[in-house]
Amino acid sequence: MRELAARSARPVAFPSAAEAAVTDEQTRTNVRLAQDTIRARRVAVAAELDDWEALRDAGAALRDRSLSRLRDLLPLLEDRVTRSGGVVHWARDAEEANEIVVRVARAAGAREVLKVKSLTTDEIGLNAALERAGLRPLETDLAELVCQLADERPSHLLVPAIHKNRTEIRDLFRERLGLEELTDEPRELAEAARAHLRAAFLRAKVAISGANAAVAETGTVCVVESEGNGRMCTTLADTLITVMGIEKVVAEWRDLEVLLQLLPRSATGERMNPYTSLWTGVREGDGPRAFHLVLLDAGRTRALADPVARPVLRCIRCSACINACPVYRQTGGHAYHTVYAGPIGAILEPQLAGPRGQPGSLPFASSLCGACADVCPVRIDIPGLLVHERGRVVRSERQGLEGASLRLLGRVFASRERYERAQRLARRLQRPAVREGRVRWFVGPLAGWGSSRELPAVPPQTFREWWADRDRA
Amino acid sequence: MTAREEILRRINVALAGATAQPVPRAYRVAGELDRDGRVALFRRRVEDYGGVVLESAAPGETIAAVLAERGARRIGVSPDLDEALLPVGVEVVADDRLTPRQLDALDGALTTCAAACAETGTIALDGGPGQGRRALTLVPDLHVCVVRRDDVVETVPELLARLEASARAGRPIVLVSGPSATSDIELTRVEGVHGPRRLVVVLVDRPPA
Repeated sequence: MRELAARSARPVAFPSAAEAAVTDEQTRTNVRLAQDTIRARRVAVAAELDDWEALRDAGAALRDRSLSRLRDLLPLLEDRVTRSGGVVHWARDAEEANEIVVRVARAAGAREVLKVKSLTTDEIGLNAALERAGLRPLETDLAELVCQLADERPSHLLVPAIHKNRTEIRDLFRERLGLEELTDEPRELAEAARAHLRAAFLRAKVAISGANAAVAETGTVCVVESEGNGRMCTTLADTLITVMGIEKVVAEWRDLEVLLQLLPRSATGERMNPYTSLWTGVREGDGPRAFHLVLLDAGRTRALADPVARPVLRCIRCSACINACPVYRQTGGHAYHTVYAGPIGAILEPQLAGPRGQPGSLPFASSLCGACADVCPVRIDIPGLLVHERGRVVRSERQGLEGASLRLLGRVFASRERYERAQRLARRLQRPAVREGRVRWFVGPLAGWGSSRELPAVPPQTFREWWADRDRA
Repeated sequence: MTAREEILRRINVALAGATAQPVPRAYRVAGELDRDGRVALFRRRVEDYGGVVLESAAPGETIAAVLAERGARRIGVSPDLDEALLPVGVEVVADDRLTPRQLDALDGALTTCAAACAETGTIALDGGPGQGRRALTLVPDLHVCVVRRDDVVETVPELLARLEASARAGRPIVLVSGPSATSDIELTRVEGVHGPRRLVVVLVDRPPA
């Protein structure tokens, strides 16, 4: 079974994962291509709008305002959706959300459930939960389908199969879909996916989607996509289940006029994505007969409670920061071992997962160059938040050897007597390690640090010792 | 404590002392182009994403030609589509709760739209007269959409303002910008995946009344 729930998998520190990733030439070539292509498109379509910076200001402000009004907006959204015939569920954590989805899907009599690409359902490990319950999740986004068939984790928020080239996808389809004659033409591969999924769409009983936003005052849920698989799922299924993080709600209908300009241009570099679906509850004679909206916390309120980190919840998942990141460029997404990779992942994951989450190495997987903040459509200060997260990691590691050594040093430096005794001790201990007045050989925990560094040795006589000797003479 | 109470309690605690700031809306809301300018821009932008745009004084004939050219013999329409738009020489099937399989057996769908946006080359469907339900413009492989020149606005805010009443009334809305597409394989854009592979926009002056 695929390790979709990255958090439940064994955490791997970024430096060791990156070391393996940078030797994978194929992935690095593909990632470079993805970054260069999408970045160039994004720059071109953002430059088309002379009010782009004003849109970013509005985007940041309206996301902030929505977050600060969550207490009112969520019940309002619930009320609007319920009045339109939808059912709203609340889930404190991933487990609770998965239970709700499984229960609803079972009650709808489904064996197979169709899925629209959704990072939130990846985050909670929904596919694995469905499989455990004997239900078969079927990913309908082309790249997600590729990942599902290959039993691999997505490597990019926006183009999850970017680590695979056309020949690899052709071989995968030949093997898993039994299409012997298939060539590696992208058109033919997309056609194969269309044929493979069409029957499933037409018989769909239950479909599951995420949400890009929801408007509280109208009860409208919004899904943006390109292929039409999102429309198929949100329109043709008898029962539609949408899993949405509570931070995705916005206050007003006209907030969409900002987000629907910022998101496609920042994400795929299109003026508008091919399809945007907007719906409220259920509509007699048009679309699903039952609609369930699952409002998910799973760490969002933890981020909300940290006033410095709170702006991370503005994120609209466009992945512009990932496409700008020089570190991601070298390692690709798999090295992060998280659902949300790249700069945004490094600040979002520690917040969502909390203290039991991934190793504290992610906030350090950045040169703090700031390219991510320059492109963020909702102006999240990603470098600032990386430093904030680093601070939390360092504070939490004060219990370890490093913390103990620093506390000891503090005591030594606090008293002249202790300091001078330490000097005399160091002079004796350093002897085997000193060459030409420098300490060049380190052992124990310092070995790694010292492999490319040296320190001036403690001198045979300090100034104070010389002064004392002079008096005696 | 229910999950709802617990989450709302956590939010209350987390936001103690937080205040809501106003949203600066200094971005462009109203466009500047005249009608011809809007229509010309709309046309370029739809074509940019692989849609076909035709201008027509006699929509019935133009639509018939479009369908004939693409080999579409059976097309689905909303039962309330204006008769002036019905093409001759093709079988017209009214979508009276057709099943997905029946929709799949159609060669195309012919609809009107609620509004269109020039800047992004977008057409908006809100289930109004002549537009049918969402599945009609989704399952068949060809979508022919009649757009009145007067319904073309310039900016995204203008488009969404046009749709606000429908959203408040709880009507489902779909925004369509070109045919379905994917760039998932080596970022090569392929037009036509699950949604209609071909989108034809027919620009008309006069209504469907």
